Amino acid sequence: MKTMCRPLLGATMALGLSTALPSLAQADELTLCWAAWDPANALVELSKDFTAQTGTQMKFEFVPWPNFADRILNELNSGGKLCDLLIGDSQWIGGSAENGYYVKLNDFFDKEGIKMSDFAEAAVNAYSTWPKGTPNYWALPAMGDANAWFYRKDWFSKPEIQAEFKAATGRDLAAPTTWDELLETAKFFNGKEIDGKKVYGAAIFTERASEGITMGATQALYPYGFKYENTPGKYDMDGAVNSEGAIKGLEAYKELYKCCTPPGYTDAYMGETLDAFKSGQAAMAMNWFAFFPGLAKDENVGGDKIGFFVNPKEATAASTLGGQGISVVANTDNMDGALAYIKWFAQPDVQKKWWQLGGYAVHNDVLNDPSFKDSQPFAADFLVAMNQVQDFWQEPAYAILLQSAQKRFHDYVVADQGTAKEALDGLVKDWTEIFEDEGKL
Amino acid sequence: MINSDTTILEKEPERAAASTPVSLARRIGGLSDRAIAWLFITPTIALLLAINIFPLIWAIRLSFTNYRANRPNAVLENVGLQNYQRVLTDSDIWIAMQTTAHFVFWTILLQTLIGFSLAYLIDRKFRGHAFWTTVILIPMMLSPAVVGNFWRFLYQPQIGLFNYIVSYITGVPPSSFEMLGSVSLAPWSIIIVDTWMWTPYVMLICLAGLRSIPDYIYEAAEVDRASAWRQFWSITIPMALPFIMLAVLFRGIENFKMFDMVMLLTGGGPGSTTEVASITLKREAFESWRTGRASAFAIILFVAVFGLANIYVKALNRVKQR
Repeated sequence: MKTMCRPLLGATMALGLSTALPSLAQADELTLCWAAWDPANALVELSKDFTAQTGTQMKFEFVPWPNFADRILNELNSGGKLCDLLIGDSQWIGGSAENGYYVKLNDFFDKEGIKMSDFAEAAVNAYSTWPKGTPNYWALPAMGDANAWFYRKDWFSKPEIQAEFKAATGRDLAAPTTWDELLETAKFFNGKEIDGKKVYGAAIFTERASEGITMGATQALYPYGFKYENTPGKYDMDGAVNSEGAIKGLEAYKELYKCCTPPGYTDAYMGETLDAFKSGQAAMAMNWFAFFPGLAKDENVGGDKIGFFVNPKEATAASTLGGQGISVVANTDNMDGALAYIKWFAQPDVQKKWWQLGGYAVHNDVLNDPSFKDSQPFAADFLVAMNQVQDFWQEPAYAILLQSAQKRFHDYVVADQGTAKEALDGLVKDWTEIFEDEGKL
Repeated sequence: MINSDTTILEKEPERAAASTPVSLARRIGGLSDRAIAWLFITPTIALLLAINIFPLIWAIRLSFTNYRANRPNAVLENVGLQNYQRVLTDSDIWIAMQTTAHFVFWTILLQTLIGFSLAYLIDRKFRGHAFWTTVILIPMMLSPAVVGNFWRFLYQPQIGLFNYIVSYITGVPPSSFEMLGSVSLAPWSIIIVDTWMWTPYVMLICLAGLRSIPDYIYEAAEVDRASAWRQFWSITIPMALPFIMLAVLFRGIENFKMFDMVMLLTGGGPGSTTEVASITLKREAFESWRTGRASAFAIILFVAVFGLANIYVKALNRVKQR
């Protein structure tokens, strides 16, 4: 009996070990998926503390922005297990919540004492909730962001340029505070020769394939009064999307594109606008706050040479929302590990370090710190922007809604087809059809 | 003598069979030769069914539903011919089809004219013709991804070599025109690149056609005092025509599905100026996630290409029979 027992025991132990080992290995490892950009490097640094505290090894899957949505949404749709944690775009939250791709975090937050009131309200609303504005949380705000502007402060401070600007416009040269001023300033610089080189007014987003031109054009549309609906939640878009203000906003964006962008910037997004600015071609440029720490440190155009400003207002003050929340992927094999990371990331000390490393924390302890405004040259603008952000549709059908906007805006702004009114009327028509298909109209 | 040779040749397979030690069939559990043949080709057929036929049938099935790949849990509903109706009445899709037809027409025309001309020159066998043939073939050996990125730089209005060459010839400032950003120039920028890349391919096929014409036909024409022009139109063109038509068929099918080059160069822009059918299909399937509608569009494209190719092959056969 004893002789039989030994091999049986051995076989059972071997079987037990062989089944336990993979899960042990998984428990000690987490894969976090995000876009490949400057803040991702900061997160790698930050996460070393998590590994030191828990022993969990962090793996990162960073996808370049132009392919980020395609790659990650394919992963979610196919039920893949690549990501345990995902810092996904704010627009994905509706679809990911309704399709069961993200874990609902309410119970976990309650259990661990994580309060959403500890984070900036606009960020929670944008990055965590679905349906919008309801206390149903699918993510923890991870990276606050908005579209903003930067300019060549050294050029703006040259006495001869200031005098010329004053003579031409009758006002002092300074960072624009309205869209009219932005256009005027861009036109002033466009074609001017500075330091022996021809420069251009502004580098803006015109990219067609993913989301570029929509993120750029809405930066003009929102301040001019563009709204998605007349009554929130009713999908009544006629008169809001194509309002008089919205038409003026789209015309202003096209005017800026036509008058003042460097040659060849017909399909430009984050990388191209940064290139235009860093190579000394553009007096002003738009981009996400996420890139500002890198720009401020840039050897050629950073330091004293660069200034930042929040999106100029017009009829109202508004900025296009960027940024993301961090979610637990429902398909993960390491749910406990993923939730542990969220719990760790939500701590005020970790959030403070996140900001110091170049990530945009939106924890109130960070934002309300008296030293915050002076911690970076763009920190005060970030606070202003985060209080006036507006986001694109976050509906489950956001991808189709976005494609329609990309086509309509690019056709009008870059390809010069039709009028702004026709573009926005067309957008109402496209979006109405989409919401009818969705059963929401 | 001839008869005896024929007899020997006819008996050769039998002899070979008799010399085979033991029939393979007997060795594999009494299976017939036909069964063994099936055994060998079944994996290939199964693979073809799995990767070609099954997806096609599945796409046909999906084209009649409201399926969306990004909503796997949604209820699948049959929508009848609604997807086909929407595709066929969508003005954007018709514009994309026109854009595709425009590309196919101009690329084939240019590639055939230039490719045949190059083949005609190479066929003269001048000194160093082998070297120049190799040089001409280089573009088609490159990856489309490399070519696309390479030409993006060449077309760059501020630093691009293409703009500088045009500027040198015409005197127009290089940054005053944008090949990829201008509505009127962007389609031509793609046609130029596709022609640059694939003309060598057409040239190769035409060269094979020219080399297949026996010399004695030209010698007979010389004896009849036919002029070079007459020889070209009465011998060269008719005898090379099946090869030219074959090249046109291959390039036509390829360019109808043109995707990589357009995506790399313009992404379908500016606006939707260069959005060919394959890009519209990709956007419908993988950006808008209307999988059912995209399947209907794919089936329509497949039927259109298949139908046109069949008509063309029949015409090609008629030319060959003449």
